[in-house]
Amino acid sequence: MEEASDQQAHVHPPPEGFLRKYVFSLDHKVIGKQYYALGLLAVCIGMALSWLMRFHLVWPTTRIPGLELLSKAGAPGGIITPEYYLSLLTMHGTLMVFFVLTNAPFAAFGNYFLPIQIGAEDMAFPRFNMMSFWTTLVAFLVLILAFIIPDGPPISGWTSYAPLSAVGKDAGPGMGWGMNLWAISIAIFCIGSLLGALNFIATTLDLRAKGMTLMRMPICTWAWFITSCIALLAFAVLLPACILLLLDRAAGTSFFIPSGLVVSDRLQAHSGGSPLLWQHLFWFFGHPEVYIAILPSMGIVSHILINSMRKPLLSARVIIYSMMSIGFLSWMVWGHHMFVSGMNPFSSLLFSFPTLTITIPATIMTLIWLGSLYGANIRINAASLFALGFISMFVSGGVSGFFLAQPSIDIVLHATYFVVGHFHMVMGVASLFGVFAGTYFWFSKMTGRMMNQTLGQLHFWLTFIGTYCIFMPFHYLGLVGNVRRYSSFVDDFMGPLMPLHKFITIAALGTGAAQLIFIFNLIYSRYKGVPAPENPWNGTTLEWSIPSPPPWNNFGGKHPIIYHDPYQYDVKGLKGDYIMQDSPEPSAG
Amino acid sequence: MSESEMAMLGHGGMLMEGSPYSIPSRKLTMWLFIISDAVTFGAILFAYGYLRVATPDWQTPFNSASIINVATMTFVLITSSLTMLGAVDASKDGDKPKALRFLGCTMVLGLIFAGLHIREWFGLFNQGIKLSSGLFGQAFFSITGLHLLHVLIGVVALAVVARKYSSGSLTPGHVETTGLYWHFVDLVWMFVVPLVYLTNIAR
Repeated sequence: MEEASDQQAHVHPPPEGFLRKYVFSLDHKVIGKQYYALGLLAVCIGMALSWLMRFHLVWPTTRIPGLELLSKAGAPGGIITPEYYLSLLTMHGTLMVFFVLTNAPFAAFGNYFLPIQIGAEDMAFPRFNMMSFWTTLVAFLVLILAFIIPDGPPISGWTSYAPLSAVGKDAGPGMGWGMNLWAISIAIFCIGSLLGALNFIATTLDLRAKGMTLMRMPICTWAWFITSCIALLAFAVLLPACILLLLDRAAGTSFFIPSGLVVSDRLQAHSGGSPLLWQHLFWFFGHPEVYIAILPSMGIVSHILINSMRKPLLSARVIIYSMMSIGFLSWMVWGHHMFVSGMNPFSSLLFSFPTLTITIPATIMTLIWLGSLYGANIRINAASLFALGFISMFVSGGVSGFFLAQPSIDIVLHATYFVVGHFHMVMGVASLFGVFAGTYFWFSKMTGRMMNQTLGQLHFWLTFIGTYCIFMPFHYLGLVGNVRRYSSFVDDFMGPLMPLHKFITIAALGTGAAQLIFIFNLIYSRYKGVPAPENPWNGTTLEWSIPSPPPWNNFGGKHPIIYHDPYQYDVKGLKGDYIMQDSPEPSAG
Repeated sequence: MSESEMAMLGHGGMLMEGSPYSIPSRKLTMWLFIISDAVTFGAILFAYGYLRVATPDWQTPFNSASIINVATMTFVLITSSLTMLGAVDASKDGDKPKALRFLGCTMVLGLIFAGLHIREWFGLFNQGIKLSSGLFGQAFFSITGLHLLHVLIGVVALAVVARKYSSGSLTPGHVETTGLYWHFVDLVWMFVVPLVYLTNIAR
C-alpha cells in the first residue's frame, strides 16, 4: 500500500488557468521549456558580453555608443575601462557555465525528454521540479542585479579566486556588493541544481515503464542520469564553498585570506587562511562541472547520430560505460587546474595521471562514433550536421587537452589563450552544438512544428566555420605567449598579434550574427513551420510514439510497455527500417 | 486515469518497471539527499582539516568541563535517535499515540541538545572565542553552526510530520523518512565530536 501512494506521487490533475499552465507549472515539459528559455536569454547576454570584450580588445579607444548607459563608471563615454573588461569577463563566464551549459543540455532537455523516454507521466516530484526552476531563476536575477547596482559586477572571473574575491571593496570595483551578489547567486543556483539532480535520479530509477530495464534506456537518458549523479555531489561542495566565501566577506572569518595580506595599500584585518583552500574546493566542484556540461551533449549527439545513420552504434553499452568512467574519473583530476598555484609540485604528477586517463574513455567514445559512421548512409539535416559538428569540436578541442594535462607543458601555457581556446571548443562550443542538434531534432516534438531546414543548415555552416575561425587562432596566440584576461595589448610585443586579434573579433561578430538566424528560425518555425507528424525522423524511442506536442500527461493515461532495446534500426519492421521500443512486433535479431 | 487503474499501478507496479532498490521514491530521495549533505559536511570538515594542518599555533581551548558538556550533548543526541527508532517502530505497528509520544520525546531531546549547545556557545563567547576571532573560532562555529542548523530543521520537520501524521495526512513511511534524516544528523555529530572537540583539548 505504501508503494502505491509513492509510485503515484507524480500524478497530478490536468493544469487549469494560465498561471498553472504556463508560469507555475508542475508539468515537466513546461519546466523544460522554461529552462530552455532561461538558457537562451543567458546565452544572448553572454554572447553580447563577449562581443563587447572582443571589440574592446582590438579597438580599445573606439567609443561604443550607448555603453555608458550600462555603466557610467565602467564605460565612461562608451569606452570600456580595464576593470570593466574584467567585469564583463566574469559575467560572461558565469552566465555561460552556470546558466547556459548547465541549464540547456541538462536541465532543459533532460526535464522535457527524460520522463517521456522512460515512459513516465512526469517527474517523481513535480513540485520540487517547479521549485528547482524558480530557484534557478532567482539565482539568475540576483546575478543580473550586479549590472544594475552602482558597484557593478565583480572582476574576479567565473572562478572567483581568493584572496581577492574574499577581501571586499579593496580588491577593486565590483568586489563589494557585486561580489556578494555573485556568491549569493551561485549558492542559490547550487540549491536549485541539487533539487533537480535528486529529482532526475529518483525519476530514472523509479518511474520507468514496464519493460524499460536500465539497459533499455536511450543513451541520452543515461547521460542525464549520470550527469545528475555528478551534479548531486559537485554542487554539494560548491554550496559550502560559497557560504565560507560569504562568511569571509561579511562575518570577519578568514578561511581564504592569509595573514599579512596587503591589498590596495591596506593591510587586511584577517589572518591565517589559505587562498589555495578556495581553489581546492572550487575545482573539486569545477572539474566535474565540465562533465556536467558535456555529458548530456554526448548523449544527445549519440541519440541523434544513431537515428540519422539508420543503424545502431558499434556498441551503445560501451558509450554508456565510457560516460560512467568519465563521471567517476572527474573526481580525481581537479588539481590539474592548479599546476602553477603553489601546490606541491609532486601532487601535479598525481593529478596529471588520471587527467590523461580520462582521454581513454573519451577516445573510445569518439572511435565508436567514427567507426559507426564508417559506411553509414547518413541522413544530412541540421540536427545530424550539428551532431557531426559536435564530434569535430570535441576532438579538436580535446586534443589540446593532451598538452595541458602535462604539468611541464602547462607551466608555459597556463593562463594563456591556449587554455581559453581549449575549453571554449571542447566544453563550450561542443556542448552548445549538442544543444543545437537537440533543438533541431526535438523542436518538432516540443512545439508540434518542424524547424526550417534551409535556415538550419545555413546556421550550421556559418557557426561551424565561424567557431573554428574564432577558437583555432586562440591556440596559436597562447603558444606565442598571449596572456588571457588582459583588456588591451598596447606594447610592442603584442603589436604583431593584433591583425590576428582583429580577424578573431570579426569572426566572432559574424558568428554571433549567424545566431540571429537560429533565433529567427525558432520564432518563425514556432508559428509558421510545417506541422510536425508524430514521428518525423522515424525514431524508435518513446518520445516518437506520442503526438507532437505531447498531451499534458504524455501518454494520454496509457502505460507504454517496452519490448525492445532503444535502437532497433537497420531491421525489417512493420513501418520501415526500424522497430519502435513499444512495438510488440518481434525483433529481427 | 481511473481509480482502479491507479490502484493496479500501485500494487507491485504491474504497469511499471520495479525500482532497483525496491524502496519508495521518497525514501530513495532522502538517501540521495543524505549522500549530498554528507558531501557538504565533508567539504567543510576538509576545509577545517586543511587549515588546521597548516597552522602550527592552533588554539586548543577545551577543558574537562567542556568535554563533560559535549559528552552530555552526545548522550542526549544518541538517546534522541533511540526514541526516533521507537517512533518509527510504533508507527509501523499502527500504534499512533505511542509513535506520537516517541516523536515528542525526540523533539524535546533535540531541543535540549540545541539548548546545551547554545549555552556552550555563549561560554565560548565569554572567553572571547567568536566566529571572527581566529581560525579555531571560525572552524568551530561554522561546523557546529551548520550542524545545529540541521538539528533545528530536524525538530521543525519532526513537528510538522507529527502533526500531519496525527491528523492522518501522512503515513508511517513519512515518519521513517524523517527518521533517516534525524539519524544522519546524529551520525554527523559522531564525526564532529572527535574532529572538532577531542582534538582541541587544552594541554
